Amino acid sequence: MFHQAKWEEPLLLERSAAGKKGHNTTRPSDIERKVIGRDPWNDVPKALLRNGLPPLPEVSEPEVVRHYTRLSQENFAVDLGIYPLGSCTMKYNPKVSEAIAQNPKLEKIHPEQDESTVQGILSLLHRLDEFLAEITGMSRMSLQPVAGAAGEYLGALIMRAYHKSKGELEERREMIIPDSAHGTNPASAAMAGFNVVVVPSNSEGTVDLEALRKVAGPRTAGLMITNPNTLGIFEKNVLQIADTVHDAGGLLYYDGANFNAILGKVRPGDMGFDIVHLNLHKTFATPHGGGGPGAGPVGVRKDLEQFLPVPLVGFDGKKYFFDYDVPHSVGKVTAFHGNIGVLVRAYAYILSLGPDGLKAVAETAVLNTNYVLAKILERTKFELPFSRRRKHEFVLSAKKISEQTGVRALDIGKRMLDWGLHSPTVYFPQIVEEAMMVEAPETESLRDLDELVEAFIRAGKETESDPDRLRSAPHNTSVGRINEVKASHPKTLTLKWNNPNAGGKTPGKNPGD
Amino acid sequence: MASFDHPFLPNASAPIRKIMLRAIGVVSIDELYSDIPSEVRTNRALKVDWLPSEQEVKSHIDRMLADNKSASDMPVFLGAGVYNHYLPAAVKAILARTEFQTSYTPYQAEISQGLLQSLFEFQSMIADLTQMDAVNSSLYDGSTALGEAARMASRATGRKKILVPEALHPGKFSVLKNYTEPAGIGIETLRYDRETGGLEKGDLLSKIDRDTAAVYCEVPSFFGILDPEVVNLPSICHAKGALSIVGFDPVSLGGLKPPGEYGADIVIAEGQSISTEMNFGGPALGMIGCRGEHLIRQLPGRLIGMTTTLDGKQRAFSMVLQTREQHIRREKATSNICTNEALFAIGAAVYLSLLGPQGLRQLFESILVKTSYAIKMLSEMPGVVPRFKGPHYQEFVVSFKGAKGTLARLNKSLLGHGVHGGKSLVKDFPELGESALFCVTEVHSTEAIDKLRLLIEKLLEA
Repeated sequence: MFHQAKWEEPLLLERSAAGKKGHNTTRPSDIERKVIGRDPWNDVPKALLRNGLPPLPEVSEPEVVRHYTRLSQENFAVDLGIYPLGSCTMKYNPKVSEAIAQNPKLEKIHPEQDESTVQGILSLLHRLDEFLAEITGMSRMSLQPVAGAAGEYLGALIMRAYHKSKGELEERREMIIPDSAHGTNPASAAMAGFNVVVVPSNSEGTVDLEALRKVAGPRTAGLMITNPNTLGIFEKNVLQIADTVHDAGGLLYYDGANFNAILGKVRPGDMGFDIVHLNLHKTFATPHGGGGPGAGPVGVRKDLEQFLPVPLVGFDGKKYFFDYDVPHSVGKVTAFHGNIGVLVRAYAYILSLGPDGLKAVAETAVLNTNYVLAKILERTKFELPFSRRRKHEFVLSAKKISEQTGVRALDIGKRMLDWGLHSPTVYFPQIVEEAMMVEAPETESLRDLDELVEAFIRAGKETESDPDRLRSAPHNTSVGRINEVKASHPKTLTLKWNNPNAGGKTPGKNPGD
Repeated sequence: MASFDHPFLPNASAPIRKIMLRAIGVVSIDELYSDIPSEVRTNRALKVDWLPSEQEVKSHIDRMLADNKSASDMPVFLGAGVYNHYLPAAVKAILARTEFQTSYTPYQAEISQGLLQSLFEFQSMIADLTQMDAVNSSLYDGSTALGEAARMASRATGRKKILVPEALHPGKFSVLKNYTEPAGIGIETLRYDRETGGLEKGDLLSKIDRDTAAVYCEVPSFFGILDPEVVNLPSICHAKGALSIVGFDPVSLGGLKPPGEYGADIVIAEGQSISTEMNFGGPALGMIGCRGEHLIRQLPGRLIGMTTTLDGKQRAFSMVLQTREQHIRREKATSNICTNEALFAIGAAVYLSLLGPQGLRQLFESILVKTSYAIKMLSEMPGVVPRFKGPHYQEFVVSFKGAKGTLARLNKSLLGHGVHGGKSLVKDFPELGESALFCVTEVHSTEAIDKLRLLIEKLLEA
């Protein structure tokens, strides 16, 4: 039976006591000081000098290590169990990729170093660019975007640059986005100055072609879409969708959030997409660090290469170099070259699997998910709106269960935590009522999948036998059900020292006091 | 396709596939893909490499990376936003905890308290260090933090102009432009004083007006200058109804005044230096904080708050004020950010906890001393002049007398002698002539600085 660690760990500053320290920090050099011949503190302008010591906890190294180790034990992770969080592709992160990234030849290189000293990493990035372009069916990648949403934003910037180059940017202000899309799509489009036009789903859960034809036109900048979509359904009319957008003069953007379903099976470039991003922290198995880091490389078709961020990595037959010769480059989307540590891990992942392995990844993810879906439909009352044909994820509706028992999707998700599983994504996409979005990545064993199915069966039974058990869940986690409303107040965002200027020793008040 | 046995794919082998396909009620994997039009299917193997054993993968990439020369192989005097600091072993040990490393965004708070509490502690420590009311749980890096801060200031003031120093990292400037231009926000640059390198106050006063959403300044500046004029920035801004954005260096706050104390409205930083290695520039850690409820509601990204369990008995943490964010507010969100750099926010919290008040102050002092030492060393030879007078921290500009190409030749020769010189400013700041931006932190030994000096002396003579 699962029980999460429960340490009731105080905040670190509550362990603080004067005179303790956690690190032997490098001391100022006496030799250097002697050579300078004056106290450099006197050089610091008075107006900029801190009054007293910075307000930080005073704790010993073992206290710090125990504190954060205990906190780590109060955290669920892929290394602990199945994480069927739909749309997030929480697959196992191979340890060899970690081992490879812990290399001083990677960790200790500075982004502004002379090209002659970074030939190794440049060759790797050059090769990764080629691999990802081949995998997506695009012409060239930018490895600069550090997250999926950063890739989307770059995609939108490329659309701006493209339409501007045709003198049509003033006219083309509309980004078409399906109603089932992730929130980042409309947010990225709006940030890039586009107006969002929502296109509804049809009864099959795919883009309504007629509705799309009505909104596509001279004001269309582009369409942002995932395929398979967030319901896990493949947009089989993707070529007609592409034609519609292209005929209207717009560009087609592929959101790689769901790429795990079609890796090695279908390439966005072959579906007519002009711009593509990949989430390396999803499909390419790099660890997500509790929300980041990630990486969101963007690929484009040939004629859009001229807009990619600088620099690209070039190869002149002898050496690798930073290529700034991109005539209409949008500039930069991050100060340096992207999340290199993540890119290296993804490169290791590709090499570990190769062409057959990458294809097997998609196939097994789809197999796993369909297995779980078949079992759940066979043995529970959860419903599956829209078509039965799903790829790497599916969205159940707990609406009927909720109407009959008063137990909501959220409660069921919380109850699953009690059994050592992560909850599916709940209440997304919004087009499904009481949505529970399940993704069973390829790294999960049959036994793990059966446990996930059992969790749905057991939760389903409990909705009738013991609904309160679900409504009060979770029970086996570090803390019970949280009052999230109470937290949503600007006064609860930090806990400060009472007297920060004096480097105070007593923690501040509790929230809500 | 045929069966494929692989350590990452427990269900890819033929016997297990067969069991699962039967349970689904299909005969083959292909059947699961049969709704995909044949025109778009990939009917060939992808042209990517494959190495059949783990050992080969590891040694292949090790060999590739062996072609790099790193700061472990030679002294590297580069900074400009990415800094080589000594990372305490305990920081690395905690970041290697895979309970943190392999978790997702803490959507299910009850099973993610460890991450949430750690991020809350990060927010609290940075808020305390900077004297801000709230700090978010991370942005991508310092450059996008500036972009987000500019947009935030524009939303809060309803104004469309932002003033930034012309002495700014060119990459950061380019990112800022990409964040502001689509929002119709214009950027104007503020001249630096050609003698002191500091802010030219007259230029600021002539450019700030009723359209100005915010003015941005950095302490230390891009040139490493500690410019006391920055403390007057907030009042100059407020007099015009504008906001002040201050970029800080986390370690420098061991000795420098928190920007909140002199009235900064928004603070941003690159936190790589206190959380992770350089890694060729990424991943990094963007920080952003602000004062006042009005601005807090404009913050981009995740915010963690302290609350209790529903029964009120236990302290607990969760993501808060989510109605600012893209997954709820969609096109009306304050930002599109979703994935961030949470792991390194934990790294920063561990780092600051370990160093504590004395340690952070001592580290500031070590770097302060070393900066003065390096400037002195590079100022006592012919043909070499530290460009700006006045106090510096961590970085400084050195000008080399000589024709065009002098610096490039020098840097090349330095490399030949196993030292990586400073960042050339020739292209981005042509008015400074043959100049370079040098950086020293606690990792640069006295001997390394001496070696740099001797080599420069020798190479310039030659």
